[in-house]
Amino acid sequence: MEGIQFLGAGIAGLGTGIAALGVGNVAANFLAGALRNPSAAGSQTATLFIGIAFAEALGIFSFLIALLLMFAV
Amino acid sequence: MATETHGAEHATEGTGLVFHPMDQFIVKPLFGHGDVGLFTITNVTLWLFLAIVAIVLLMVVGTSRRAIVPSRSQSVAELAYGFVYKMVEDVTGKDGLKYFPYIMTLFMFIVFANFLGLIPMSFTTTSHFAVTVPLALAVFIGVTVLGFVKNGPGFLGLFWVSSAPLALRPILAIIEVISYFVRPMSHSIRLAGNVMAGHAVIKVFAGFAALAAVSPISILAITAMYGLEVLVAFIQAYVFTILTCVYLKDALHPSH
Repeated sequence: MEGIQFLGAGIAGLGTGIAALGVGNVAANFLAGALRNPSAAGSQTATLFIGIAFAEALGIFSFLIALLLMFAV
Repeated sequence: MATETHGAEHATEGTGLVFHPMDQFIVKPLFGHGDVGLFTITNVTLWLFLAIVAIVLLMVVGTSRRAIVPSRSQSVAELAYGFVYKMVEDVTGKDGLKYFPYIMTLFMFIVFANFLGLIPMSFTTTSHFAVTVPLALAVFIGVTVLGFVKNGPGFLGLFWVSSAPLALRPILAIIEVISYFVRPMSHSIRLAGNVMAGHAVIKVFAGFAALAAVSPISILAITAMYGLEVLVAFIQAYVFTILTCVYLKDALHPSH
């Protein structure tokens, strides 16, 4: 049972990768929309960053779980 | 700071790395080797102080001449001022400009703390929840109090989504309440987690640099990660500030 927390940390680390998919999805859709209507893109960069921040926060949560399993448990 | 001391223990029993990637986040006293108490002057104190000094140098001393043709430091200060001013105006609206000084303070502090943390061998204050949680809690409590002062009980309308079908509204209200109270948590963890993760990755690659076979790759990776970290340092400060603006807008105009 010694190393099982490290296994858990590794599994929790997968969450960060999945959050990366989410962030990529936000950016890709923004770019697709921005290329269709470039004049509206400039005013929406704030929305882009808010979307990226929300998607990324959940990945950071799983990173935090991994850290807790590594160092605090 | 329990996790950091655990990290140090791991380092001594570790096999491959010369140093532990989390060692850089250990809070230690600046003078002597005693315990860290409530009023001990630590490396955190030093780097927080340096951030304040840097902000004062840029925003007060740099703009003190008030030249019509701005000097370099004055134009940087004006750029930062205009950037945050426009952000508050765009996101919160005209009536949010009253709270602009607070948001400007937050932005400058986080930007400077992040960028000072990028200096090699420095200490990154914003990588600690002990620094970011008070920032986020201050925003959360301030915005909640402001919402009730400005709108009275009408502030609770924030949780009652009137555009949704009536049957769905109680369920949505529960979700809205939960998401409202998670705000300070995600707000602080996002900043500290991003900064901490980036710096830890750089240190992991630095550990590999000791192995001759992979050292060119790892030094390239450090350079690339550093570039990314410069970006992240700014973007995280921007995101923290813009989310503060969004929360402020919710407090001033709670109706959906």
